[in-house]
Amino acid sequence: MTASVDELHLIARRIRKTVLELSHRAGTPHLGSSLSCVEMVVAAYWGGLKLDPAFAADLSQDRFILSKGHAATTLYAALAMKGIFPESWLEDYAKPGSPLGEHPSPGTPGIDVATGSLGHGLPVGIGLALASRIQGRDDRVCVLMSDGECNEGSVWEGALFAPAQQLNRLTVMIDYNKWQATGRSDEVTALAPLREKWSAFGWRAVEVDGHDVAKLVYWLNAPPDADGRPTVLVAHTVKGKGVSFMEDDNNWHYRIPSSSEVTRALAELQPL
Amino acid sequence: MRNAFADEITTLAERDSRIVLLSGDIGNRLFNDFKERYPSRFYNTGVAEADMIGIAAGLALGGLKPVVYTIASFAIYRAFEQIRVDLCYPNLPVVIVGVGAGLGYASNGPTHHSCEDVAVLRALPNMTVLAPADAWELRSLLEAALQLTGPSYLRIGKKGEPLVHETRPAIQIGQALEIRSGSDIAILCSGTLMPQTLKVASDLESTGIKTSVFSMHTIKPLDEKLLGRLFRDVKLVVTIEEHSRIGGLGGAVAEWKADHFQANARLLRLGTPDQILHHSGEQEHALEMCGLTVEKMTSAIRQASAG
Repeated sequence: MTASVDELHLIARRIRKTVLELSHRAGTPHLGSSLSCVEMVVAAYWGGLKLDPAFAADLSQDRFILSKGHAATTLYAALAMKGIFPESWLEDYAKPGSPLGEHPSPGTPGIDVATGSLGHGLPVGIGLALASRIQGRDDRVCVLMSDGECNEGSVWEGALFAPAQQLNRLTVMIDYNKWQATGRSDEVTALAPLREKWSAFGWRAVEVDGHDVAKLVYWLNAPPDADGRPTVLVAHTVKGKGVSFMEDDNNWHYRIPSSSEVTRALAELQPL
Repeated sequence: MRNAFADEITTLAERDSRIVLLSGDIGNRLFNDFKERYPSRFYNTGVAEADMIGIAAGLALGGLKPVVYTIASFAIYRAFEQIRVDLCYPNLPVVIVGVGAGLGYASNGPTHHSCEDVAVLRALPNMTVLAPADAWELRSLLEAALQLTGPSYLRIGKKGEPLVHETRPAIQIGQALEIRSGSDIAILCSGTLMPQTLKVASDLESTGIKTSVFSMHTIKPLDEKLLGRLFRDVKLVVTIEEHSRIGGLGGAVAEWKADHFQANARLLRLGTPDQILHHSGEQEHALEMCGLTVEKMTSAIRQASAG
């Protein structure tokens, strides 16, 4: 790990600040979903994977796919902080002509895969992992999905296929915040027990606290499974994490924060 | 045609180590040679077409040249959104090969028919749509498709289609091949109805209607240069395809004609009707039901040409 846990927490708070400001300024939704996956994005970019902007085109780099594309602001904040594109781009987020739209667009620096429609990241990640193995590389692929995304059939097609190919350099993180757009994710579909489902599909399935950045970093750096299984981190999270009046309140799937709400939220995120 | 595909992809994979073949759990034994020679470059991705396209996108992003093979209806209809989002949006070089396109699987029933595949794929930005007339065209087009920088769809027949060409033709994507010449009527055919189309042309010729035939192996991008010339020089342009009259080659040519006021010739579109073909039967029976036999097509053209 290159950064200390305290530094990672500071980065996470700063990303939350950016996410809140972007949502307020552009009037874009999915704030709760963007806040719940911050530690996972931080772990990927600052603690786990080789995602050096200087070598973006180099195939030996690791790959991170934000399959839950509606959390784009979290990804954008991370990419800007990492210097993969200029921080100034954030000012034009979601404005006409900006490369940074409400969902990630391939061709934007640091973004390979079009996400926003759910259930796409895992199969593409499987293809990337397979490509590495075919070409004898040892890079890793990490796919961040949402719990609601597990409604999609393509997720389970991929869940069946990846273990059959023993793609043990593939890691999936599931942001299990217990909500999807209009209901509890365990009620809309029979999602629970989620870890057991993935385990039964042949994955090294681990339950983690999705806000415990040190634990996430640990698992992203864990040696590949000796039995060849791909890894899934079923990460328990809180939707709207980090802002008391947003936590576990699904209204913030769509609500846009007012300027006074942003001020109150930022006060809770101190020190920045 | 599927044997020619298996043979050609095996040859091409020898020359280009980036070629990876994905099969959607079909082609039992068809790819044995490929699998034996390149075991790390063949994957049966299972009965999971959506994933197969996504996986192909990942392979392309990872620096390889994936070729996806399954029954046309499954590849296109089941995985349409993956084709649009995973391939066309980032413009990735993936070749989708749809076998038994049109009515190649007629006897399997409407779940296996694909008479709307060109219509839906033609509407997608960055997509190239190809329909070879015979095994030789298939070989040339497959090789050309693998040179593209974006996605392509190769809609092919199944097995035992008669050859149209004697040798491998030099083919450029987007440039139709003239198969026979004639100055009264031009027939544009895409795909495996070419042998019937040639018979139609010679029947017309025998009654004094000079008929040219072109293989429109590329439906997108359309050979607009040829259309400009034909609609100026002949009195009737006919399209023939094993595909719905909505949105296929006929649809594409009709759109072109609507945009070109100076196009003089009339247009007759022959293809499958706007209906699900409920009745069971072999391909020949299905084509008969659709009016796509030599006799019926000749009669329709004769009528249009007299009118």
